Amino acid sequence: MDFHIVWVYRHLILQGFLVTVEISAMTIVTSTIVGLIAGLLKTSKHKWLISPIIAYVEIFRGSPVLIQLFMVYFGLPYLGVSISMFNAVLLVFTLYSGAYIAEIVRAGIESISNGQREAAMTIGLTYSQMMRKIILPQALRVILPPLFGWYISLLKDTSIASVIGYTEMVFQGQNVINMTDRPFEVYLTVAALYFIISYPLSKFVDWMERRRAYA
Amino acid sequence: MIELSNIVKSFGKQTILHNVSLSVKKGEVVVIIGPSGAGKSTLLRCINKLEDIDSGEIVIDGERLTRDKKQIRKLRAEVGMVFQQFNLFPHLTARDNIALGPTYTLKQGKANIDKIVDDILFKVGLLEKKMSYPGQLSGGQQQRIAIARALAMQPKAMLFDEPTSALDPELVGEVLNVMRDLAKDGMTMVCVTHEMKFAREVADRVIVMVDGRILEEGTPETIFTNPREERTQSFLRSILQKN
Repeated sequence: MDFHIVWVYRHLILQGFLVTVEISAMTIVTSTIVGLIAGLLKTSKHKWLISPIIAYVEIFRGSPVLIQLFMVYFGLPYLGVSISMFNAVLLVFTLYSGAYIAEIVRAGIESISNGQREAAMTIGLTYSQMMRKIILPQALRVILPPLFGWYISLLKDTSIASVIGYTEMVFQGQNVINMTDRPFEVYLTVAALYFIISYPLSKFVDWMERRRAYA
Repeated sequence: MIELSNIVKSFGKQTILHNVSLSVKKGEVVVIIGPSGAGKSTLLRCINKLEDIDSGEIVIDGERLTRDKKQIRKLRAEVGMVFQQFNLFPHLTARDNIALGPTYTLKQGKANIDKIVDDILFKVGLLEKKMSYPGQLSGGQQQRIAIARALAMQPKAMLFDEPTSALDPELVGEVLNVMRDLAKDGMTMVCVTHEMKFAREVADRVIVMVDGRILEEGTPETIFTNPREERTQSFLRSILQKN
């Protein structure tokens, strides 16, 4: 094994690393907003709102994110919609991750007993006061561990964007491999860099779950 | 104060309330008894619209209830409800549980709310538990805080849905004492309960419900010593045997 060669091309891998962190952070923010709204709507009483949300969630959870990416980036231009690579990646991962987060949020909200809702109603709270003061603060404790678990998956899933040529870490790694012919060392380095972010996150999830178990 | 006429309520194909009518005067304490499944809780929950009714009319303090959300919220602020399972908010202290309604629904200032909270905690004898979380309180204390939470809204009437049924026997007394004090203060109350001694002592009127209908009603004296209906007699016998 010769890691010297990886060190020579470190700036390329680092660049990819930063792009991976950037797109992950951005989609975490955007898809959390989408997921929160979709999850809340899914628990609402309005049937006409729920059906389109269910369709959205099922479609994006039920098909490979790779195909979603192909359809948006390669497919949309055939329908006359041009989209930049960055926008395609951001859009697809936001919708894909938002669908999963919607389910996490819905499950969290539904885990709070109906008695809490009724008690909130009997003191005259509005729906939004009830959500903000009573339901969400309690649901958050249920939602956070799986949500952060999902963020870890999302971080790793962004590597799929390399397939359409998005210059995140795996793509840059492949560039380095093309130049050096050292796949093992390069992939090992790339994997280690993913691990450096995801391991502390997963420890954080453990900590949150332990805290929840005692509370 | 509370006028129910010809209330019909069903869940799916099963009719829970058949044309129930009931009128509660201001300051009156009405206790509803009857076997489980009689529709007692459902009737209570219809009064503050936790359940929608299929037909009939509800008039609270002269105002006829509609489906208008604003009106329902206003009504709920005026009629307190105490649940069997307390339903305190576990993430908030006793103080915040009580202060929530006055803050958001009554839109009181902080100084006013502190006074309301202290007065009411004193009334239910739990001033020293002000900063405790529900999980740190016994069942009896939790239910007293739940009563305090409802009282903080300065309600015109209070509904109690089996408030002592989830409590260990030795904790029932403290909750009944608070309810007794309330009745003495002239609060209009409708209580669903299996505490016959309490009913006898505090109720102005006892209602016997069976199979979604009001079977008979009268003073506690009449119902407990001289019930008209055979079903009432057998129900009272079964309750007395249990105690």
